[in-house]
Amino acid sequence: MIELARLGKRYGAVAAVEDLSLTVARGELLVLLGGSGSGKTTTLKMVNRLIEPSAGCVRIAGRDTRELAAHALRRGIGYCFQQVGLFPHLSVARNVAITPQLLGWSAPRIAARVDELLNLVELEPSAFRERRPSQLSGGEQQRVGLARALAAEPEVVLLDEPFGALDPLTRDRLQRWFGALRRRLGFTAIFVTHDMVEALALGDRIAVLNRGRLAQVGTPTELLNAPADAYVAELMATPRRQAAIVDRFLASAARAPGA
Amino acid sequence: MAEQLRLLPGYLTAHLQLTLAALLLAVAIAVPLGLAVARRSRLETPLLGLAGVVQTIPGLALLAIMVPALAMLGQLTQRTLGLELRSIGFLPALIALTLYALLPILRNTVVGIGGVDPALVEAARGVGMTESDVLRRVTLPLAMPVIVAGLRTATVWVVGTATLSTPVGATSLGNFIFSGLQTRNYAAVLVGCVAAAGLALVLDQLIRLLETGLRESRRGLAATALALFAALCAVAFASFAIPSGAVAARPVVIGAKTFTEQYVLAELLAARITDRTGLPTRTLPSLGSTVAFDALRAGQIDVYVDYSGTVWATLMRRSELPDDRARVLLEVAEFLRAEHGIEVAAALGFENTYALGMRADHARRLGIERISQLAAHAPRLEIGGDYEFFQRPEWRTLQRVYGLAFAAERSMDSSLMYQAVSEGEVDVITAFSTDGRIAAQGIMLLLDDRGAIPPYDAIVMVGARLASEQPEAVAALAGLAGTIDDDRMRRMNLAVDQDGRSPAEVAREFLRTLNAR
Repeated sequence: MIELARLGKRYGAVAAVEDLSLTVARGELLVLLGGSGSGKTTTLKMVNRLIEPSAGCVRIAGRDTRELAAHALRRGIGYCFQQVGLFPHLSVARNVAITPQLLGWSAPRIAARVDELLNLVELEPSAFRERRPSQLSGGEQQRVGLARALAAEPEVVLLDEPFGALDPLTRDRLQRWFGALRRRLGFTAIFVTHDMVEALALGDRIAVLNRGRLAQVGTPTELLNAPADAYVAELMATPRRQAAIVDRFLASAARAPGA
Repeated sequence: MAEQLRLLPGYLTAHLQLTLAALLLAVAIAVPLGLAVARRSRLETPLLGLAGVVQTIPGLALLAIMVPALAMLGQLTQRTLGLELRSIGFLPALIALTLYALLPILRNTVVGIGGVDPALVEAARGVGMTESDVLRRVTLPLAMPVIVAGLRTATVWVVGTATLSTPVGATSLGNFIFSGLQTRNYAAVLVGCVAAAGLALVLDQLIRLLETGLRESRRGLAATALALFAALCAVAFASFAIPSGAVAARPVVIGAKTFTEQYVLAELLAARITDRTGLPTRTLPSLGSTVAFDALRAGQIDVYVDYSGTVWATLMRRSELPDDRARVLLEVAEFLRAEHGIEVAAALGFENTYALGMRADHARRLGIERISQLAAHAPRLEIGGDYEFFQRPEWRTLQRVYGLAFAAERSMDSSLMYQAVSEGEVDVITAFSTDGRIAAQGIMLLLDDRGAIPPYDAIVMVGARLASEQPEAVAALAGLAGTIDDDRMRRMNLAVDQDGRSPAEVAREFLRTLNAR
């Protein structure tokens, strides 16, 4: 469905992304995993041409993305990112309706779609439709952001650390809810994160990026069992180390008198 | 007061016209310009700097400088495009006010656009907006409150500064203020100030309502504000919409400089022309001194009164001491006809000369009757003069001939000089000899015993167009030759300055007694 072919981006002498080739199958969710500066966000933005590649190309459903005007391309791709980017001067309903509006849908069709989406992201339409983004909690904003990304029924959705700014409880809840939602809708997605647990929980496959290059790509199990290099191995060890800390506390709590 | 209120609709409409046109033009220039330079610091800094420099020029100076600038431009466009530009009146005021309004709008557009979160712009592109969608749906709406704040600042500035467009020949609420200050009609000044303040408030609130309506998507509110605004525009620009063919014959335009005598004489000449020829007339009062002459030469006014000595010293640049009135008159008339195509229709009979005046008791105490006796005391005395006097060639001649060197020279409004000397604020003033307040306030004029001040015969100057196309009007004016002596003029001035009568009324009364003779 999505094909990155020898993709590269240079800023002067610095290579942000170099010689990156990946494919994402229809209905698959690929996680781009890496630390800050690994090039994962740059890669994501090259897919919808918010950043133009300096080498290689991106094909979606077999077509080179440069065949379309950038704005027309983006109307067919859902896009959701960490800062949410809801337009503060527009109501929730009008935020969600943006892309359908740009595509020239009829007003009744847009209104019906907005209600459908708000239900989908579990925000009661009658209560939320007319609110301003500033009147929403972080988790609610992120759901509206997701509803906006899905509004025009895109086959491809790009997500850039959508849950990164949320508190741990909300993040955990939204992650589980999002996993279920995706299985139901079946869209193809690229999901950028630096959070190992999130990557393991949501990704069909995970592509690990390190300094702009692909370190390894595979299913979570493959990565855990057969890391390609020291960096991937180190990365895969972190959730276990964190789990070990939690286990140790649980064990000491169990031994404590009066527990 | 009733007289002032009768003038209010006309002045208010003209003021509104000027203000709205300047603001609309400034928005049309500054907002696109601001959008173009926002986030490009290499363009932004010099452009904002330039607009800031314009802002530091005093409003009155900016307005006045437009007149010669436009006259020069007008010569160029006339030669190259055959296009005539009017260098006095609406156009110079409009340009100056537009320049004035640019800065706050430009600055706030740049700041407003710069303040929009780049993440939102990226989100807008991400959901599939074209660059113009981004501008229209995201950047502009988000920057709008800041841009509107700039517009509101500009509105208040322009409404206030527009009162200064009277001296360049554009009618405005400033007509109340300028003529009111000159003729000590404080009711007129008050009407002008209150109307200007009221207009500023109304426009400001209207813009605020419009912005609130748009921002909060309250259509009723926005529509109401827009309708009110449209109504104001309609009132202001209705006079532009009248097709030129429907306008009656162009009236004879009579100019006046900014002092009482000029207001009275302008009304007098206008009434005389209408009485004798039936031609429509219009007076254009409160013109700057050089603006009036330039306007006459350019055909934008047809008639005004100037003084032979002014032409002699300022335009002919003669500094030798003229021996007699008749010769100066003759040479001045010759010069005006040959150099500028201007006819002198009549010398009215009186002289309004510059004269040095002192409080009579003060002069007696110092034993001064003649200017030559003043020189010895001058280093301990202060002299007050109108805005232009200390720059005029006559002052240099006076200083040279009598060896005058005062402790201080203070420029002030000519209407305040008499009060200043009678209250001892200054010791000597450069009085106008026909001013009624000289006698009324116990001021003594010093004798020009060495003849340093040229004669200042009041002359009716007529532009080339009126002279050739309507000789009957010129004949009507010529009939006024020698009809007003010094004393008569002084009494007419005093009737306005002290008794608070209107210049038109005083002029009418004079013509009645003249016709009865």
